[in-house]
Amino acid sequence: MSRTLFDKIWDFHLVGRRADGRDLIYIDRHVLHELHAHHSFAQLEKQNRRVHRSDLTFAVQDHTVATKPGRNDDTNPSGTAFLKAMREGTRKNDIRLFDIDDPEQGISHVVAPELGIVLPGATHAVPDSHAATVGGVGALAFGCGTSELTHILATQVMALKRPKRLRARLEGRLDAHISAKDVALRLIAELGVAGGRGFAVEYAGSVVRAISIEQRMTLCNLNIEMGGRSGFVAPDDATFGWLKGRPYAPRGAMWDRALDYWRTLRTDDEAVFDREVALDCSTLEPQITWGTDPSQVVGISGRVPELTAIDPARRAAAESAFGYMGLAPGTPLAGLPVDRVFIGSCTNSRLPDLEVAAAIVRGRRVAEGVVAMVVPGSSTVKREAEAAGLDRVFRDAGFFWGESGCSMCAGGNGDRGQPGERCVSTTNRNFENRQGAKVRTHLASPATAAASAIAGRIADVRRLLSGAA
Amino acid sequence: MESFTNHIAIAAPLLQDDINTDQIAPILHGSRSLKEDYKAMLFMRARQCDDGGEDPNFVLNKPQFRSAGILVTGQNFGAGSSRESAVWCMLANNIRVIVARSFADIYRENCLQNGLLPVVLGAQDADAFTARVVAVDGHAPFTVDLVSQRITGPGGPDISFEIAAADRMRLLEGLDDIGLTLKHMDEIVGWEQRAGAAQPWLQRAQDSRR
Ligand code: SF4
Repeated sequence: MSRTLFDKIWDFHLVGRRADGRDLIYIDRHVLHELHAHHSFAQLEKQNRRVHRSDLTFAVQDHTVATKPGRNDDTNPSGTAFLKAMREGTRKNDIRLFDIDDPEQGISHVVAPELGIVLPGATHAVPDSHAATVGGVGALAFGCGTSELTHILATQVMALKRPKRLRARLEGRLDAHISAKDVALRLIAELGVAGGRGFAVEYAGSVVRAISIEQRMTLCNLNIEMGGRSGFVAPDDATFGWLKGRPYAPRGAMWDRALDYWRTLRTDDEAVFDREVALDCSTLEPQITWGTDPSQVVGISGRVPELTAIDPARRAAAESAFGYMGLAPGTPLAGLPVDRVFIGSCTNSRLPDLEVAAAIVRGRRVAEGVVAMVVPGSSTVKREAEAAGLDRVFRDAGFFWGESGCSMCAGGNGDRGQPGERCVSTTNRNFENRQGAKVRTHLASPATAAASAIAGRIADVRRLLSGAA
Repeated sequence: MESFTNHIAIAAPLLQDDINTDQIAPILHGSRSLKEDYKAMLFMRARQCDDGGEDPNFVLNKPQFRSAGILVTGQNFGAGSSRESAVWCMLANNIRVIVARSFADIYRENCLQNGLLPVVLGAQDADAFTARVVAVDGHAPFTVDLVSQRITGPGGPDISFEIAAADRMRLLEGLDDIGLTLKHMDEIVGWEQRAGAAQPWLQRAQDSRR
């Protein structure tokens, strides 16, 4: 029988069915972070339960770590207790921790694929909603809550309801300076913030095949912003080439065997999805959010929409977004003065993201009065970027160059903007107050963020580079 | 987990769509301890005015809704982060039922894990129920009964709601989720052996440099 890739991975990992009808799905790789894990360690201890597979469990310090050079546990005082509790909990439970000073520390969703911890066709869970980032290498991932996290620690399975299947075909060819971030924002705008709810999403089409593995991760990262828990791209030769030689990936004869299997990881031609959507990306321009949810998106040459152009059911939300963002309907996005630019987060902090931004910044200066930051997604990315001299490019232009972590994505480490500031950010959520009280966040690609830092205004990277801005 | 059979409480209308977990329970900003104040965390920002004082216009600050135990809201409640504190802070305020037009997936799961009943109503029932909640304005309670799957209260007939039989059973019996799964430990170990043979690289996660 024809099956989708989702079905193949799910069926392989189906351990059994529980009395309440839920499927027990085995989790091959489980990665914890310090903001939530301490609750679970405490729960386990209270319930007198053990971690079933500490060897398949990893932990990172990412949400609360400071980004200042020379950081330690106390640099961000609100993180100290979390960092220590994580250290203690992982030591007691014999879990490999990528601690604050580990050369491979970083954001869970960046570290796990980069080290080859997640693999094609593997299942993966993280107590963070952006777990699906690793769908970029063809893994099936689930963001989970704290109770689920404890459940996985104790059993190595999740008790899930089988989701429906959605295929998003991204067709056409991307123009220069257009990236997966722009594609994802457009897709969220089309489907809405709940358009993917209840679905596992397979991203397919010519665009997906053409983009790098890192870009596929950006695409899958934003899956949750349209409500989808799991999203992935079928692995191909680009994926295998990308993974080969990574520290935790199989080697030698085992690699060959894995490769034979991974080549079967595709949706059969006749397989049927519960829903199919398509997006022609050929004419896409850089995308940016104007509002306070990730579906409130326009092209960079566009304007804040008029109320009449908005679906009546969404008008109240739009009006409240106008107020919060300090934007009147009809205002052009390009040209709005910005106070802050953030390049980082599990969405856009891998080496190619930084390369794109650096190429725009090189030989230019951050506009007067703009606070601009680059925070690499992992210490590995940071090291590689420094080896390529990117840190100099950013610093010479006036950017802050930080130690890796989540930083301003959610501000859990104290990196936050000031009230009223307008911020162009490569992150994934423009919710009110997320990047600091009353901070006005515009989500965009690294290219748009870099161009806006230079211009001091929301900028069209294509115009900046052609000297027209 | 505390079992759930029924809940009699004031229902507070928070009539917006897409309320996200950053609104419900902001990520720690400035807290220095692992012990967080979940009671105070609930809608912390919406509750406050710019000067730090209480915003009298926020629904849960109004005198008639201070002890509300049922929250009535719109589409896609609980979007965003997976953080479970967005459920714990409901319970810390004795809110044990949320009636919505739909829930975000992870949030709904987090509710079930904690004995908080997520009720989904179709458009017609949701409109009717919301109108009644607004009309009674906190002056009389509603009863949400999971045994009969009904909401009863002032202003109209009983409203029945659907919930998956399995979710209902879990809430009614307050079942320990991990306990339920641990009954399958033999199957889990059996799966590990089969997977170890079929895809051995999945059952080993080792740093080849060590
Ligand atoms: S960068 Fe942001 S979205 Fe990603 S894991 Fe960190 S806090 Fe979550």
